This record gives sequence, C-alpha cells and structure tokens, in this order.
Amino acid sequence: MRRVGLVLGLGFLWLPILLLIGYAFSADRIPFQWGGFSLRWFAALAANARMLDAAWLSLRIAAGAATLAVLLGGMTGWVLARHGPFRGRALFGLLAGAPLVLPEVVTGLSLLLLFVVLQGAAEAALGWSPDRGALTILLAHATVGLAYVAVVVQARLAGMDAALEEAAADLGAPPFTVFRTVTLPLMAPALGAGWLLAFTLSLDDVVVASFVSGPAGTTLPMLVFSQLRIGLTPEINALATMLLAVTALALLGAGLLLRGRNTPRS
Amino acid sequence: MATPLLRLAGVTKRFGGVPALDALDLTVAPGEFLALLGGSGSGKSTLLRIVAGFESADAGQVLLQGRDIGALPPHRRPVSMVFQSYALFPHLSVFDNVAYGLRRDGVPKAEIARRVAEALALVGLEGLAARRPAQLSGGQRQRVALVRSLVKRPPLLLLDEPLGALDAGLRERTGFELRALQRATGAGFVMVTHDQAEALALADRVAVLETGRLAQVGPPRELYERPATRSVAAFLGAANILEGRVRADGAVECGAGCLLRPAHVAPAFALRPERIRLVAGDPPAENGIAARVRDLAFRGDGWMAVVALPNGGEWRVTLPADAAPPAPGDPVALAWAPEALAPLSA
Amino acid sequence: MRRALVLLPPFLWLLLLVAAPVVILLGIAVSEGAPGVPPFTPAISLQDGWRGTAQNLLTLAQDGYYAAALLRSVLVAGVTATLCLLLAYPMALGIAAAGERWRVLLLALVLLPFCTGFLPRLGAWIGLLRDGGWVNGVLIALGVTTEPLPLLYSDGAMYLGMVHAYLPFAVLPLAATLLRRDMSVEEAAADLGASPWVVFRSVTLPLSLPGAAAAFLLVFIPAAGEFVIPELLGPPEALLVGRALWGEFFQNRDWPLAAALAVALLALLIVPIRVFQGLDEGGSRRGASPPARGPGERPGMSK
Repeated sequence: MRRVGLVLGLGFLWLPILLLIGYAFSADRIPFQWGGFSLRWFAALAANARMLDAAWLSLRIAAGAATLAVLLGGMTGWVLARHGPFRGRALFGLLAGAPLVLPEVVTGLSLLLLFVVLQGAAEAALGWSPDRGALTILLAHATVGLAYVAVVVQARLAGMDAALEEAAADLGAPPFTVFRTVTLPLMAPALGAGWLLAFTLSLDDVVVASFVSGPAGTTLPMLVFSQLRIGLTPEINALATMLLAVTALALLGAGLLLRGRNTPRS
Repeated sequence: MATPLLRLAGVTKRFGGVPALDALDLTVAPGEFLALLGGSGSGKSTLLRIVAGFESADAGQVLLQGRDIGALPPHRRPVSMVFQSYALFPHLSVFDNVAYGLRRDGVPKAEIARRVAEALALVGLEGLAARRPAQLSGGQRQRVALVRSLVKRPPLLLLDEPLGALDAGLRERTGFELRALQRATGAGFVMVTHDQAEALALADRVAVLETGRLAQVGPPRELYERPATRSVAAFLGAANILEGRVRADGAVECGAGCLLRPAHVAPAFALRPERIRLVAGDPPAENGIAARVRDLAFRGDGWMAVVALPNGGEWRVTLPADAAPPAPGDPVALAWAPEALAPLSA
Repeated sequence: MRRALVLLPPFLWLLLLVAAPVVILLGIAVSEGAPGVPPFTPAISLQDGWRGTAQNLLTLAQDGYYAAALLRSVLVAGVTATLCLLLAYPMALGIAAAGERWRVLLLALVLLPFCTGFLPRLGAWIGLLRDGGWVNGVLIALGVTTEPLPLLYSDGAMYLGMVHAYLPFAVLPLAATLLRRDMSVEEAAADLGASPWVVFRSVTLPLSLPGAAAAFLLVFIPAAGEFVIPELLGPPEALLVGRALWGEFFQNRDWPLAAALAVALLALLIVPIRVFQGLDEGGSRRGASPPARGPGERPGMSK
C-alpha cells in the first residue's frame, strides 16, 4: 500500500519531467511531438542570443546573490544558534524568518517600493540615481537567500554540542581561532548547501525579479515566462534538460561532500 | 600551609536573581583530587564553569596559584576542562583533537607529535590516532577527552561528570584509571559528580554542595562517618536520621521511642544501617529499640531490612548474609554502639 | 564587542531589506494614487504632514471583485494544500519505511524536480495538456474521447500545476516527522492487539499531525499568493489575489491599490504564518536537544 502511494506520487512528479527530457531530443517543431532524434533544439538554444544573454545575467545574479546570502545568512544562523540573549533578538528572529513565509508577490512589491524610495532619496541628494536592474534583483535574491541559509546554518549549529567551542577556548584558542578551527569547519556543509539553495532559488525566481527589475534587467526566468505566455517552444525543453543535468550533478557532488563529512568511514 | 593550587573566596553567582553559588569559599591543594558532590541545581557545574572562565562570578575571587584569574578569558587560563559530553571535535582525528591545545600554544611540530603519541600511549589508544571521534567507543572517547586536556600539562584539571556517560561496568575501571592518571601527572583534579559512591571512591577530599553553599568538606571517610548535616547524611547513602531531645543527664530521648547514650551529645544523629545489630531477646535499655521487619531484600553481601518502629517510622538495617534473616512481620531487637551515632549540627 | 560585529551586518541588512519594505508597503497602501513617477502621493511627507487615506482598503472591502479574489485565493490554496497532503502522506510513509540507502535516493527523487526549473515544468504541462498534446493523444487513442478535450487553461490544469509544484513541500516535513517517530510505540500498540490499520489510525496518524499541519501550511502559505501557475495554466478569468495584485501594479499602475492588496493578503496569512512558525519552533527544539547524556545540570545563558 505504502509502495503503491510512493510509486504513484513519484510517477506524478516525474512523468512530465521525463517526457520533457525525452521530447527535448525530438526534431519536431511542435513541442511534445516526436519527429525523430535530433539535437537541433540544443543547437537553437546555443544560437539564441537573447536566451544566452538572459542566462548569463541570471547566472551572475544567482552566484552573487548566493554568495552574499551565505555571508549574511551564515552570520544570521550563527547569531540565532549561538549568540546569547540581546536586545532586539525577537525582532531579529522575526525579520530573519519573514522572507521564508511572505508570499512572493508581497516580497517583490515591497522590495520594489523600497528601491523606488531609495532611488528618490538618491535623486534628491545626488541629483542622480542608479537604474533598477541586475543590482536590485541581486539585492532582493540575496535577502530571500539569506533567510534560507540562516535556517540551514542554525539547524546545523543547533545539532552541534555548544561545548565544542568552549572546549576549543579551554584548550587555549582565542575567539577568532575558535571560529576558524571549530565553528567554521562544522558550519561548512551547511554553508555549501545554503549556497546551492540560494543559487537555485535565484535561478528559478520570476515574480520577485519581475517586480524589482528595471528595463535593463531581463533574467532567464523572466524571458522564459514571457515566452510561455505566448506559447511553448521546444527550446524551453532543451533548456530545462540542461538545467536538470547541471543541478543533478551539482547536488550529487554536494551530497557526496555532506556524507563524507558526516558519517564515519568505518 | 603553602599557596593553595586553587582558592575560591566568596564566589557568588546568580542566574536571573536565583543564587547558583552563594559566597562560596573553597581551596584545592596542589596534586589533590577533590570531588564536588551535589544534586542537580546545587551549583556544582556552575562552580566548574566559573573556574574555567565560561561564566563570570558576580562577586568573589578565583585565585590560581595565588594569582587572580577571574578577569581572564577561558583561553588565557592555565586550567583545562573535560566536558560531560567530551566535546571532541567531530571533524578532527584523534591525533588532531589531542594536538589542538598544543598547537594553540605554538609548540613545535616534532614535539607535538611526540607528546600526543605519549599521551595516547598513556591511555592505551596508540593505534587509534587516525580515527574520527564518531568511530570510537564511549570509553575510548572519554580517554581521548581526558588526554586532550592533560597533554597541555595543566596544574589543574576540571572534570564535569567524567564517568557520567559510561555504562556501569566501565565506570569502575575508568574511575581507577582516572585516579592513577591523576597520581601519575601530579595535577590537581576537581571532579563534579552527582554519584556519591564515585566521589567517595576516587577523591582525596569531597565537597558536598547544596543550593550554592558548601554543606561539608572533608576526606571521604570523615564525611561518611561524621556527616555534618541531615542532608549530607542523606546524600551519602541511606543513613537513618534520629531526632531527639537532650536530657539533663546527657542522654537523648529519640523520637522513635528509644533512649540514646551517645559519645557526643546532639539533638540529632545519623545512624548507618550497617552499624545496627540484631540482638537476641529484648533490646538494651540504652542504644537499642524493638522493631518489626517490614521488608527484606537480598543484596549479595548481606540483607537490607526495612524495619517499622513503634512510632510508625522506618529504618534501614543491614544484616550479614551468613545468618538466617528474620522473615517479614517478625519482631526484632536492635542495638548499636554509642560511637555509631554521628551527631548532626543541622 | 566582537559578537556585535557579527550581529550588526545581518541586522542592518534585515532592517533595510525586510523591515523597511514592509513599513513602506503599509505606508503606500494608505496613500493616494496620482499620475507621475512613482504614481502616488506619499501618505506622510515633511511638507504636508499626514495625507493618507483609507480609500484603498475601503475599495478592497466594498468592491466585490477584490474580496472575491482574496476569498478564491484562500480556497484555491486550501484545496491545493489538501490535495498535496493526501498525495504526500503515503509517499512520506513509503520513504520513512524504506532502508537508509533507498531513503536518500527517494528523498533526492522528491527534491530533484525542484531543480529542473519551475517554469519549464509548467511548460511541460502546457505541452501535455493542450488540444494536440500528449494527454489528449492518449485519451483519443484509448477511445475515451474522439475530439480533444479542453484541458489546458482550466481549473483542473491549474490545480494539477499547483499540486505538481508544491508536492515536495508537503512530502519533506511529513517524511521528517515520520522518520523521527518512535517505532516501539507502534509495536506496543500491535502487541496490545491492534491490527495494522488500527495501529495506523490510533497511533501513527495522531502522532504525525504536527508534521501534517506543517506540510499543509508550507503549501498553503505560498499557494495563497501564487501568480505564475494560475497565469500560465488556469482559465483567463480565474481571479486570484496574486493575479489581481500583478494586474493593478503592472497594467493599471495603481501602486497604492496593489499595496493595499498585499496588505490584505498578509492580514489573511498572518494566522497561518504564526501557527506554522509555532510548529517549526517546536520541531527544531525537539531536534536540538544537547547531546549531553548524563543527568548533569546546565546553567542558563550568561549575560
């Protein structure tokens, strides 16, 4: 009974994806119609300058946002797990958790309004303000990513004996050495997983990016979304197939890394 | 007397207004093994953490070899601590765990290798230097934690329930090893424990802590034979407490209905179960009482009897294994020597 | 001190990019629309003081259009979350019952669809459900129908897309809860004479309710504001708060009304969000018990 439910559920999750992968190699102009094996849509993708530009922009934004998210989210997770009580802790926890539960449209709209206000302030003070675009998307994605990284890091540290850091101090390590030799190595898997998570979230986001972007910034999901509103093209299947291949490899690597660090090699 | 290794003077600590330590004075001599015995909430772990530097005292002084270390952060204090959870670094090998403190002190590489190897040999873990903590048994982890602290040759080692996580069979053996290690290194040991048998067996002196105050400090035998207070007596094994009223002639009428003729007059006494004898016929008029057996349990080396007293109270009495024990319900006559009565001050 | 150095950067970041935007959102929700860039008159300004208006919020309450959108969003989110829960429960049971090697693989299989990209997966549903698509082809070949059925751009397609996108969110907390459960409790129930079904109904199910609640809310909260899936798969007229907000903002350029809709959505979600965070905290506290094994004492945090 349990097996049946599991197989049905996984089948439901994977059927469209498997079909998508299969038909990515179909020569037919109409997506999801078999016209013989062909790599023509991968070739078309590689020649599609708009798509490539958008993809390159998205990758740079995702990498930047994920890196910022790991730095700030790592600090946030550490503060939540290890810092003693301080004034404003409740507010800090609330703010760190908010991006996880706010609907995307609310996050997008509110961040846009902030950027508009900041632009107005810059205009008034300097007579000039930067356009919205890649930078504002990066800031927005870093903020959402921060919250996810913080959760992962906090969970990892909460599972770690707090006495480890005390033991290091007791053995003569000053605070920064404690951090470098004990806390950071223990946090590392969480930071890596958090980076991947923030990267994937950024690469997949269309709603927040649509709100905070300006005329100059069209990310890959924004482009794909506008195309899907008109109609499906086989190139999108080819794109998804490549995305899946890359992320599957990255996840496999990350999984092996985490396993290697966590489980005894007995 | 020479400068004590550790001297605590008036150390006070509160958590949210609740005192965990209340103007506590305590000294540890060089090379001494002191056990801090107390129940949970007695403040014994807080005391250890104040000496190690993880908590700061609200008032009072912590002097190590005559120097006030109260203001030093943990990493600048020459004391080492063995944590209850061992706190072995899970991402480092056994070798790197033990070498951690030496590296922090900037000891040369070759000397680190030598001292770590020596330390591991000392506890019989030579072959396991490359393993991770997760690949060790509980007893092995405990020994790694021990030598990780000892390899720095601290004058004072703090141990927080060092045997607490071991199972009963291992506990006794490891306890002996612990004491042998203490003798071999000459370091002062301060061990926190809630297990009275452990404290009595291992320590040179035992300090009983009770809600942040020292109830009594002394050698194990003295504590056992002459507990100062009711609670120390109760904590150090199943003593019977006798409340009484002192008469003008020096005898004491006990509440259970017996007449005590103690060596030292006091309003209350502790009477250990093994110091009570069964006598034939009537109990003596002084230092004796008639009772009825309520329950009987075989303890291997003897019998533990619970007897009911005429006033409804209960005592515990240890009976030798070689004699035929009375059956539950039987009347018995009990007697004890005057010096078996340990006077209690509070 | 040193600790403040770690606290300060994220705290300032969160104040600027999480707290300030929400405050501005609230402010603009009570501002008046005006032609220009940006298209509103601030509710508070240095020159004019308070010039706010409750008009936008009143419009939401009085105009049946927006109230219906809010209501329908809650309904769609509720149906989606229920469907996800029903599908996810047997999956989570299967994952929890699998051996350790299989479990890792199965969890990866649940998670990996996340990584194909959310949009291409919706694209796949478009390709499968349209008139000449794969599903209609199969139905015609099986003789179920002769003419292609209008599957795409329907409520059904929307729910299909929603469940497909949100199912992993429901499986993970449920699987985590079921994996953590104490099997000896179920063995005790069986030992006391309960049949497998009774064990499930009287022990497994009640004990997994916190996980089920977390799974439901983890789907419900984002689904209530969902914009992309209804837009791509749902019927053109399907009115949901996410689409109404998007339309007010991008098409009508009525920023204050869009902000008021966002505030209304937040007000609707505040209770589910608080409940979810309560469940989450309980869960992480359980998971975060210190590894100390002895009955020793552990004093509170130092000040």
